[in-house]
Amino acid sequence: MVDVVHDAVGVDDVPAAEVEDVELYHAKSWITKYVFSQDAKVIAIQYSVTATSIGLVALVLSWLMRLQLGFPDTFSFITPQDYYQFITMHGMIMVIYLLTALFLGGFGNYLIPLMVGARDMVFPYVNMLSYWIYLLAVLVLVASYFVPGGPTGAGWTLYPPQSILSGTPGREWGIILMLGSLALFIVGFTMGGLNYVVTVLQARTRGMTLMRLPLTVWGIFVATILALLAFPALFVGAIMLLLDRVLGTSFFMPSIVELGEHLKYGGGSPILFQHLFWFFGHPEVYIVALPAFGIVSDLISTHARKNIFGYRMMVWAIVIIGGLSFVVWAHHMYVSGMNPYFGFFFATTTLIIAVPTALKVYNWVLTLWRGDIHLTIPMLFALGFIVTFVNGGITGLFLGNVVVDVPLSDTMFVVAHFHMVMGVAPILVVFGAIYHWYPLMSGRMLNEGLGRFHFWVTFLGAYLIYFPMHYLGFLGVPRRYFELGDADIYSQSAASLNAFISLAAFAVGFAQIVFIFNLIWSLRHGRPAERNPWRANSLEWQTAEMPPGHGNFGKELPVVYRWPYDYSVPGADQDFIPQNQPAGTPGARAAKA
Amino acid sequence: MNFFRQLAEKPWLPEPVWAQALREAGAPARQAAPRVALSFFIGVASILFFMLVTAYVGRMAFEDWRPAPQTGLLRQNTVMLVFASIAMQWARFSARRGQMDGVKLGMLAGGAFAAAFIMGQVLAWRQLATMTFFDATNPAIAFFYLITGLHVIHLIGGLVAWLLVQDKIWRGAEIAELRQGVALCTRYWHFLLIVWLVLFWLLFSGNDNLGILLALCGIR
Repeated sequence: MVDVVHDAVGVDDVPAAEVEDVELYHAKSWITKYVFSQDAKVIAIQYSVTATSIGLVALVLSWLMRLQLGFPDTFSFITPQDYYQFITMHGMIMVIYLLTALFLGGFGNYLIPLMVGARDMVFPYVNMLSYWIYLLAVLVLVASYFVPGGPTGAGWTLYPPQSILSGTPGREWGIILMLGSLALFIVGFTMGGLNYVVTVLQARTRGMTLMRLPLTVWGIFVATILALLAFPALFVGAIMLLLDRVLGTSFFMPSIVELGEHLKYGGGSPILFQHLFWFFGHPEVYIVALPAFGIVSDLISTHARKNIFGYRMMVWAIVIIGGLSFVVWAHHMYVSGMNPYFGFFFATTTLIIAVPTALKVYNWVLTLWRGDIHLTIPMLFALGFIVTFVNGGITGLFLGNVVVDVPLSDTMFVVAHFHMVMGVAPILVVFGAIYHWYPLMSGRMLNEGLGRFHFWVTFLGAYLIYFPMHYLGFLGVPRRYFELGDADIYSQSAASLNAFISLAAFAVGFAQIVFIFNLIWSLRHGRPAERNPWRANSLEWQTAEMPPGHGNFGKELPVVYRWPYDYSVPGADQDFIPQNQPAGTPGARAAKA
Repeated sequence: MNFFRQLAEKPWLPEPVWAQALREAGAPARQAAPRVALSFFIGVASILFFMLVTAYVGRMAFEDWRPAPQTGLLRQNTVMLVFASIAMQWARFSARRGQMDGVKLGMLAGGAFAAAFIMGQVLAWRQLATMTFFDATNPAIAFFYLITGLHVIHLIGGLVAWLLVQDKIWRGAEIAELRQGVALCTRYWHFLLIVWLVLFWLLFSGNDNLGILLALCGIR
């Protein structure tokens, strides 16, 4: 039991009040402290380490794919079946098991309680269960490498009927484990997601109104709501497909002849799966993007020493983007043969979503304008994100139009587009966020030189990979192909560009290894971080100790007096005023004016 | 302060707007957390069943749709679930009035009727499986098993929460400690009843109702 007393003596605006005690679970052994821990910070690190580990597997898979694409007929150990398995596992791992888990399970767990001024998540036990179910989901997914036939090679969208028919790699066990793993992931996420949402709504400290929340929390909060509403569609789709594969039902399987044999399936609708998948799949883009939007807003404001431009607009834009993301899903299905009027509707909604998104980009740029920009490593990554997101977003406008999408749909253009907007852009934010909050988590700074090397190789390398890939798409180079063969329709430059892209991909991959090394090396050898090294305002930097201890805020919970963006306030003693600094105190002289 | 008013706040403005916001923000309301969590969970489960109903409707619009054979047990099961909800509501009223006996009886009856509903559903599944028209590739039959199965799983989850409240009752907890648990269980029971009534009326009572709806919308 922790005594929680809001001591506001000497502060005019906040009457002294005693808040009921908060029951905190105190670990009694090493196992309950570090393994089956109920502390959100430990759970966050568990999520992050697991997600990064499985993400490294996906990175290696991408190297193997690039080996094949860049240098076909060279590596005999990569068969067409392997290639499809690489594609499938790379895509699914990166989107679900890395990005979703890292943004919500990792950053969500670490930052929400600290930023809203809570001691922990509201349901710590359920939070712990959430991680362990996530880990189980990852292990089930990895297990598919060790079963007959290997993992599924159905493509990350797992479209039936192909995904469960003979000839598709992993048809025996791989697809079953993949679907089971997804179902587990969703159950685990729902437990965590309920925690994040309820903590934001119910456990904010006194004075922390919704409109004083850092945008990071807003991004994670709305993304979690999206995920809670979107994942049931994937759950339903996965269970139905699993039943089709295991019990022979025909939810998605039409009457079909396979190798001359009429299968017992009949009457199912493959398009129905696509609708369910993309009803989840498109919000998933924003489940990843919204936390990135929020985090990047905080990084830019802190490292440009300027209040975020248009805070209220930014919040509303996050909410509106979240809402609109549920009515654009069929723009992934223009070539599925659906009614053309549907296509028109979804093209319109897709273009509309560009409005609040562009608004955010303008606001980031306007925040930078005449700011005191510090080109720290988090700031470099944040700037890299803005540029990359704009590039990826603009090609999204191309693909959102039916007539442009149809010829480009099955080409490398699409691969380049979604890697820019959903792969590179959010991962740049992840890196920026890690450089920003690593001192808080570990008490040490990451190595600056290695960090700059990591940024420049990753940022420039990503462009060397994906800009040429757009061109390949224009040339008509198809995606999903194991090799182009001797097709005359592609110029020789397509093959040499593919080799070039592969070399760039290896360089970028190497930079990630350097980053991992930096993470581990700096834990012991990094420069000790001073308190609040970025001179930030939000509450996570105002804890009693750094790294924050169990219960986050020592004996007293902080009281919040202002929004988190009071940077460079004219007349103030310092260029930042923490959220828990009362008006009228020496550091916040200007706020009273 | 309602949600939208909060979103209209201007946090960058100086006092006195700030001071007022501070006063109104109040203290953390942790006791409300389980209620909010249940509301969100009900939202998630609603989407799940909505997706299933949509998928069912989408499939039903096809020409080759074959309705599932009927089992009479479903009507009796429906009655069981209605009784379960009534009993839980009784427990909730009793908790409000401070009548411990009513709480005990209502909770016990609510759990028992829910268990009877689950057993009834299992019998209905077995009955359907033995029918001549049973065919796993008939989407109507597969949907029936899937949707009713997921509904039963949700009810079993509710029974776990119910057991936790029962455990408190057996340990002799005061009525004030039970009030929230009973209220949340009751709310969840009502939710599952409403879901079941929609599913039963729309999907599993002969398809006439849904067929008429689809015809009205010009889908079928």
